[in-house]
Amino acid sequence: MVAEGAVWGIIALPLAAGALAAAALLPALRPLARASGYVAILGVGGAFALSLLVLDAALGADGAIGFPVRSWLTVGDPTSAGGFEMTVGLLLDPLSAVMVALVSGVSMLVMLFSLGYMRKAVDGEGGAWADYPRYFAYMSWFTAAMLGLVLALNLIQLFVFWELVGLFSYLLIGFWYHRPAAAAAAKKAFIITRIGDFGFMLALLYLYLHRAEFLALGENPFEIPAILAAAPLLPVSVAMWVSLGILAGAMGKSAQFPLNTWLPDAMEGPTPVSSLIHAATMVAAGVFLVARMFPLFAESTVALNAVAIVGGTTAVLAAAMGVVANDIKRVLAFSTVSQLGYMFLALGVGAWPVAIFHLLTHAFFKCLLFLSAGSVHHSVHTFDMRYMGGLRAWMPVTYVLTLIGALSLMGIAPLAGFWSKDEVLAAAWSADGAGSVVVSRLVFVLGMAAVFMTAFYVSRLVLMTFHGEFRGGIDAVPDEERIPDEAHLVGHVHRAESPLVMTLPMAVLAVLAIIAGVALNALTPLGPLPVHGLTHFLGGATRAFDPVIAGASTLLALTGIGLALGMHRRGSLALTDLPQPWSVVHRFLARRLYMDHLYETLIVRRVLYRGLFLATDWADRRLVDGTVDVVGWVGRNGGRAVAQLQTGQVQVYGVAVFMGVIVMLVLFMFQR
Amino acid sequence: MLTAIIVVPLAGAALVLALGRTAALARAIALSVVLVELALTGALFAAYDPAGGYSFIERADWIPALGVQYLLGVDGLSVPMVLLNGILGVAAVLSSWTVKERVREFFLWLLVLQAAVMGVFVSMDLILFFVFWELELLPMFLLISMWGTGRREYSAMKFLVFTFLGSAFMFAAILVLYFSLPDGERTFDMMALAGNGLAGAIAPAALVFGGFLIAFAVKLPIFPLHTWLPDAHTDAPTAVSVMLAGVLLKMGGYGLLRINAGLFPGELVSAAPLLAVLAVVNVLYGAVVVMRQTDLKRMVAYSSVSHMGFVVLGLASVGATTGQLSGVGLNGAALQLFTHGIITGLLFVVVGLIYERAHTRHIPDMGGMAKQMPVIAVAFLLAGFGALGLPGTAGFPAEIMVFLGGFTAYAWAAALSAFGIVLAAGYMLWAAQRTMFGPRIERWDGLRDATAVDMGAIGVLLVPMLVIGVYPRLLTDVFDAGLAPILRGFGG
Repeated sequence: MVAEGAVWGIIALPLAAGALAAAALLPALRPLARASGYVAILGVGGAFALSLLVLDAALGADGAIGFPVRSWLTVGDPTSAGGFEMTVGLLLDPLSAVMVALVSGVSMLVMLFSLGYMRKAVDGEGGAWADYPRYFAYMSWFTAAMLGLVLALNLIQLFVFWELVGLFSYLLIGFWYHRPAAAAAAKKAFIITRIGDFGFMLALLYLYLHRAEFLALGENPFEIPAILAAAPLLPVSVAMWVSLGILAGAMGKSAQFPLNTWLPDAMEGPTPVSSLIHAATMVAAGVFLVARMFPLFAESTVALNAVAIVGGTTAVLAAAMGVVANDIKRVLAFSTVSQLGYMFLALGVGAWPVAIFHLLTHAFFKCLLFLSAGSVHHSVHTFDMRYMGGLRAWMPVTYVLTLIGALSLMGIAPLAGFWSKDEVLAAAWSADGAGSVVVSRLVFVLGMAAVFMTAFYVSRLVLMTFHGEFRGGIDAVPDEERIPDEAHLVGHVHRAESPLVMTLPMAVLAVLAIIAGVALNALTPLGPLPVHGLTHFLGGATRAFDPVIAGASTLLALTGIGLALGMHRRGSLALTDLPQPWSVVHRFLARRLYMDHLYETLIVRRVLYRGLFLATDWADRRLVDGTVDVVGWVGRNGGRAVAQLQTGQVQVYGVAVFMGVIVMLVLFMFQR
Repeated sequence: MLTAIIVVPLAGAALVLALGRTAALARAIALSVVLVELALTGALFAAYDPAGGYSFIERADWIPALGVQYLLGVDGLSVPMVLLNGILGVAAVLSSWTVKERVREFFLWLLVLQAAVMGVFVSMDLILFFVFWELELLPMFLLISMWGTGRREYSAMKFLVFTFLGSAFMFAAILVLYFSLPDGERTFDMMALAGNGLAGAIAPAALVFGGFLIAFAVKLPIFPLHTWLPDAHTDAPTAVSVMLAGVLLKMGGYGLLRINAGLFPGELVSAAPLLAVLAVVNVLYGAVVVMRQTDLKRMVAYSSVSHMGFVVLGLASVGATTGQLSGVGLNGAALQLFTHGIITGLLFVVVGLIYERAHTRHIPDMGGMAKQMPVIAVAFLLAGFGALGLPGTAGFPAEIMVFLGGFTAYAWAAALSAFGIVLAAGYMLWAAQRTMFGPRIERWDGLRDATAVDMGAIGVLLVPMLVIGVYPRLLTDVFDAGLAPILRGFGG
């Protein structure tokens, strides 16, 4: 058993730590800026300790642990259709117990890394630690919101935290707000995710429309356990529409096609932010949400198929875009989108515990890879792989750790990524979920194709960064390719390994990226480790290991690696001089399928801003305001009259009152 | 108590006139007065028992021959509005700290304005209500035309004419209502009328309902009667914009709830489909027009038009015909009145601070100001997030309640209106990006960040915005009690 206060403490500790960290922004407390980093790590560390307690309690409990449900807002009589009640509470079950441990643990490691990475103030103003208070406050608050999201009992409560993680994502992407690209990327991330959230909100409204069905069961239509329990009793159309609405929200948050365009831009944020928020936790919230609501999705074949198709499509398209990117963080961002696609794919074929399994292993290896990118940047001060190469010479630790993360991501046995990816593919092939068999098999093919592309782009990343000749780092970047004010952001290349405060958290993640697969979901009894421990704990069915699929996917991965190695030898990994048909494909992928062009240039700028918005604004000035032209005429002349009266304006008002009374009397007589 | 709430700002106005010989003295007196007024309204809010219905009633004959009374009273609907006016008064005075011309007269009229709005919210006699409604025009007209900017006389006159035309309809409606009531039942007493249901039963009920609707639609404003608002806002001094967005528009929403919904439930149900259409138009049209604005104040003004559409949607939610009527929409509309008052008041305070320093409101000229004015930038961003309905700010509970209620009645209208939150994110964040973010511009290097007084004006609005956002129950329980009798008129 675990005390309710301890679970709330998981949210409250980072919240309070963030407030303390922010206090160092006060002029009087400026000298303490450096301490804000330690305060934040203490807060998140405390949350992590509590999370382990909670996880332990959940492991000992059978199913969810009940906590009191509190009323947050009521209208009228909540037990009747005329009323409304929003409750708040904690939903502590195996899923949320696993998630809080993951979120607080990864957050703690990333903050530790940040102590080193964020040390030099970007614009050089205010000393070395000037960025600390704002950074660590945002990171702490983000962590608190993310933990709140995971523990929410009520779907509106979840939505509240869902939006709050979006807020802190916005603030952290735009952390260097004086850079136009960062400010634009922050806005883009918020707006595109909000388009998805519009769907999420419609799902909430749809649930309320059907409140009578819940009230008849004595349940609140927004409490997640009530929705899941009632799911089989609801009309299929309700399950479908609510699921599709939730899926829209999840697609925005998890950057699934066609709402994927914000995530590569979000790399404008500091690299540890990309690591925590845009790889390990927040972007996985969409996967978590669908897993959380899975029994509802399971009632609708349409919804499940939609999830699977979105996931499969995204996995392939994002991987393809990752192949051609030259910015190391962008490659990893496309990779994240692609891997999230795998998770959606798993959800869509009915294997939600597998999706969570992949979420966990992905969190470890992708977080690690982003920190690697940060470590690399720390040395060469650019993210452009065309100006890297040969870094293993002076960054041996970073190189080895990156290699571990890369192999895990590629799905090479026996690293963590192999086991989870294999389970995703096996689940898709077996097609034993509630979705359609055709869709399952189709997304299996997409998933296999993505395995090949993943192996290629990850190998390309490792080879271009660490192997071959060093191509000069930031000092070699031509001026026209630099971000205009990047001079503030960067120093010069210094050939040195990153400090221990950065490599240590990476090493911890690397260990997890190696062992998490076996440790969490072992196939055979291994000492104290339970067989299929995670799947059993989450309450899903287990599946036998399929050596054919494992073999096939490994073969595909090795082919991808081999191709990359071959191209590396020929020196063509930069993909610059491709033959005719491939260069067209390359341009199409490098322009990100022209999606940004479609959204931003065509729709927003041309159709909306220069079309609809302009026309409406014109109509408002000329037509709507024009119809009261007479009034305007009176106003203008009245104004002139006012100006001419030297005795003041009160008389005009008197005249106006008099005229008004006459108008009223006339109207009144007319109506009598 | 209620008389005191009206009299304190009036007496304060007299005090300013009598003693405010220097600008500093006038400011100090005005600030003391609005602080006392805030304490009074806070005490009223604390003392009000939601279970008690109409409270603090004061009744005296005024024109016995016509049955006109000096009748004051408050219920759960008006108590939060009174508090809102108390809060906005403090923000308005603090944001006028740097007014330099005819300081004494400025504060005099500002206090008269606050008193008149108080009168509207606490009057329970229709004629008295109308008198206060009209009384508010004089200070508004003078404040805009004398202390405004740009085409201030034009804007002041436009405001006056629009409101006057609306008022004419209201006055006619009041008289028709009175004389249409059965003999012996004739009264201007709003509490009696709300209780006996006679108003809705008169023959010209639709006509009277329409008269009130037009008057309140001008004030709220509802498309296409909104065009006075951007002009008035743009040319008004900061404090007047704060009061205009904060409480004057709310008089329209309050009237719709108190009179149109409270006295004419049957007519409101008939008009609900039309209102649902108008709500969608207000929300989307307002938001779309915002996108093209280059004047910061005009931008916020049109966002008000958009946000007042949510109030109309909440009102239309009573048109549910499936036997599934829910009170959540009407409650959301009432809460939206309060929260929009706070949030948009804050936006205007911040925009005023920017204008006062940069002497421009032209968005394309701005940028990177977060470097020079971090506190103002944070306030602007927080107010913007309030305006886009971010959870944790007061905007969220109000908007989701409106959508929940609206969806049960007109799902299409609620869905379309809910898209307004995406558009709001678009224009607010775009504005933040263009004004506050980006490279530092040297031209703005000399700009001073918020002073202690400015932080007071920001804080008095920011604190309620966050408190209501985290715990909306402080208000919703009161509104719920006030709206319950009105909802009974709809069978809820």
